[in-house]
Amino acid sequence: MTEVTSAHVPSRVVLNQADIDRALTRIAHEILEANKGSQDLVLLGIPSRGYPLAVRLAAKIAAADPTVNAETIVGQLDVTMFRDDLSHQPTRPPRHTRLPLTGIDNKVVVLIDDVLYSGRTIRAALDALVDLGRPRIVRLAVLVDRGHRELPIRADHVGKNLPTSSSEKVRVHLEEIDSVDGVPVNEVVIEAGK
Amino acid sequence: MKHLLSTENLSAADAIRVLDTAEEMSAVGDREVKKLPALRGRTVVNLFFEDSTRTRISFEAAAKRLSADVINFAAKGSSVSKGESLKDTAQTLAAMGADAVVIRHWASGAPHRLAATDWIDAAVINAGDGTHEHPTQALLDAFTMRRHWSKLNGTASTGADLKGMRVAIAGDVLHSRVARSNVWLLKTLGAEVTLVAPPTLLPIGVEHWPCKVSYNLDQTLEAGIDAMMMLRVQGERMNASFFPSTREYSRRWGFDDARLRALDDLGMKDTIIMHPGPMNRGLEISSAAADSPRSTVLAQVRNGVSVRMAALYLLLSGDSREAAPTNAATPAFASQSSKESN
Amino acid sequence: MAEKTYLIRGAAILGGEAEDLLIRDGVIAARGKDLTDENATVIDGKGLVALPGMVDVHTHLREPGREDAETVETGTRAAALGGFTAVHAMANSNPVADTAGVVEQVHSLGRASGWVDVRPVGAVTVGLAGEQLAELGAMADSRAQVRMFSDDGICVHDPVLMRRALEYVKAFDGVVAQHAQEPRLTAGAQMNEGAVSAVLGLTGWPAVAEESIIARDVLLTQHVGSRLHVCHVSTAGSVEIVRWAKARGINVTAEVTPHHLLLTDELVRSYDPVYKVNPPLRTDADVQALRDGLADGTIDVVGTDHAPHPSEHKECEWAQAAMGMTGLETALSVVQETMIETGLMTWADFARVTSFTPAVIGRVADQGRPLEVGEPANVILVDPAARWTVDPHKMATMGRNSPFKGKELPGSVVATFFKGHPTVLDGKLNTPYRYPAVSSN
Repeated sequence: MTEVTSAHVPSRVVLNQADIDRALTRIAHEILEANKGSQDLVLLGIPSRGYPLAVRLAAKIAAADPTVNAETIVGQLDVTMFRDDLSHQPTRPPRHTRLPLTGIDNKVVVLIDDVLYSGRTIRAALDALVDLGRPRIVRLAVLVDRGHRELPIRADHVGKNLPTSSSEKVRVHLEEIDSVDGVPVNEVVIEAGK
Repeated sequence: MKHLLSTENLSAADAIRVLDTAEEMSAVGDREVKKLPALRGRTVVNLFFEDSTRTRISFEAAAKRLSADVINFAAKGSSVSKGESLKDTAQTLAAMGADAVVIRHWASGAPHRLAATDWIDAAVINAGDGTHEHPTQALLDAFTMRRHWSKLNGTASTGADLKGMRVAIAGDVLHSRVARSNVWLLKTLGAEVTLVAPPTLLPIGVEHWPCKVSYNLDQTLEAGIDAMMMLRVQGERMNASFFPSTREYSRRWGFDDARLRALDDLGMKDTIIMHPGPMNRGLEISSAAADSPRSTVLAQVRNGVSVRMAALYLLLSGDSREAAPTNAATPAFASQSSKESN
Repeated sequence: MAEKTYLIRGAAILGGEAEDLLIRDGVIAARGKDLTDENATVIDGKGLVALPGMVDVHTHLREPGREDAETVETGTRAAALGGFTAVHAMANSNPVADTAGVVEQVHSLGRASGWVDVRPVGAVTVGLAGEQLAELGAMADSRAQVRMFSDDGICVHDPVLMRRALEYVKAFDGVVAQHAQEPRLTAGAQMNEGAVSAVLGLTGWPAVAEESIIARDVLLTQHVGSRLHVCHVSTAGSVEIVRWAKARGINVTAEVTPHHLLLTDELVRSYDPVYKVNPPLRTDADVQALRDGLADGTIDVVGTDHAPHPSEHKECEWAQAAMGMTGLETALSVVQETMIETGLMTWADFARVTSFTPAVIGRVADQGRPLEVGEPANVILVDPAARWTVDPHKMATMGRNSPFKGKELPGSVVATFFKGHPTVLDGKLNTPYRYPAVSSN
């Protein structure tokens, strides 16, 4: 198992706190630009780390467009029950799904996640969305795209393209979730494989 | 958790995980599309050796909302006409590829037999066995109480337990699987339980249970309670001299209109009245009590589907070949990035 | 006689001093140090204990009627392997052993098998129905020479009927062996009533249902001046009542099963019906009281209550399962484990409770005799240092329902001599004893 060896290999940090903040600022502006404004925007973060990223993006969008109330455009979309690997993984308790009060019908929904990899999480998210309503457009924003796609899915907004080997692990640490001593927060860490 | 057989051995962490998952499941019930694909391709068999339409349809709704295929197997048998043995039935279901067996049986311990033998490899959920346990009923009761209790305390119900909640359970404890499952689970979740019953309807050995026992419902009410759970009492028990008459029973141990008023008089404005159903109105509970705003009877039914969805999901969604218990705190991300190594 | 001569060298007689035993023509021909016999087959008894063949007062051989559970042949093979040279075959066969015809049939089957003495027990009431006395006298006078009468499995609960039975058996020195269970207090009973049954939701079998019948019966026995044997005593209270009765001079004897000396109702938590038995497994306090009662003589004998069942009667829900456990092939080991290894009894005491006294209660001639010159050679050799793991599938009984499965137990039967013939040698079945042809028959 690669995880066993990777634990002993020092990791390198490829994005620090400032890098993340810059990337999110850029993505926020890209989202507004692609949407020609903040009209009908809904940001749905995918747990765990997609949600805090969505909250940060919403704050940046609100900063750029004073007509926007950040809280009213953010939601959380749990995809656990829609995954295609449920029966191959240990049981995962579902997370909370919470939509903005406006709902998602005829909205421009931007799905937010931290790392885009196989694309299977996003496929699950698209299925989950269908059961909740009918958005006009669905876009995808991710902090890191590390490649190795297994499905025809691509991101509309990418913080950083990060070519990796599939034996490597990419972990995003966010202040809202990862308050682990000795691990720098707000950074992307590569725990290199063997 | 491979099976859900009883609440006696359910850890607090597992119990809270079921309740938390049920919270998420209950949200699905409010949606337009009340269905999740989580158990697509899985087969759930409702194996009922005893009639219980309520429990069966609750499990059926739960399984269907998770997209499982449901087979209802009414193997109603009595001790007189045995018919096919449990072993043969189980092996038949195994041959059909059942992933989970929801079993209701008149014999205490029948679900344990299914789980302990090599007759079938499926997950076993006890939907009520004899006078032993009815764990999903207790979980839905606890779920109902937890929502009430956290609302009173102004806290989120997710992750919470029932610490400090005073629960009285009154009725035929001797023959009640609901009472047993509730005593263990409520104790695990930190509630203080008092059983109230005529001495004839309490089991020998009840003094070893982690609860208080009272023969006097009025004194129990006066001492203060946050939830009053009434158990169904079968009128026929009278014929076996468990009590002299249904009238005397309801006078002493029934939740009648006077006791309903007593809750108000004693200043217990937030005390809820619970009943697992089906109710004997006029015997263990009066109509006024059953229909009062305090009554959670219908909420219990509604929550039953959510709790059973949670149980089915937690038992069936994971890779059953991996026995390792999952850590609820494991971030979803970790499994995503290490997918290839599995 | 074609029977060989056997010389057992240096076995500890009743666990005492090592001596030689010469077995010839069905009797103990000599006992002492350094015996010699040119024609004898020598058996090294070093480290072994020589004991009188065990006599079981309580065995279910199931034949006639339930040959799918056990036959006289298979049951007596199991008995021989377990160190028995006589068993009392309980009356609840089908047809019930309530006539001279049935008891003679069982008796003949036992002689034809030749592994042990088979002593049929006669039913007290016709069809075990508890309504009308069976023809006890006819059974007593039959070739089976029945002396023990029991409705075992069912209690003779009608006090008048019990009184009459106790009175009637006085005519031929019989004994009524009572299955003490008040039926109304045990309707639908599934296990011992107490802390465990409360949790498991299984209908309780209260100790008082046994004790109240024993109390009634010892008083009836005193009143009519008869002889009572209490089957499978299982509670501390029962031991107290028997102790009290004996102190009053009442002619009562009592029996305990090996499983009640070792197992408790905690095992029922598994809902595995292999632990379902009647009377049920009780609490640890009961187990201790039974051990003490057996050690101090309040309880006179160990009876196996060997009750084989076909597997389908145990592979089911607890409530559906049959009651009973096999016991013939584990009795010696369980008694060694519970009574000897604990220091409560010696091997001489063991001989008393498994051989001498059982033979007296059943009035079995030629059994339970001391290991002295001229006595019938019903002798077993036991290796007390052996340890073995119980595997029901390796047993001679057809029943696979041993509650000791997987348990490691001490002591093994190395040899069994029945009427001077080795039915078991090297711990394995040898050949049965063949009765000489009787022309007068």
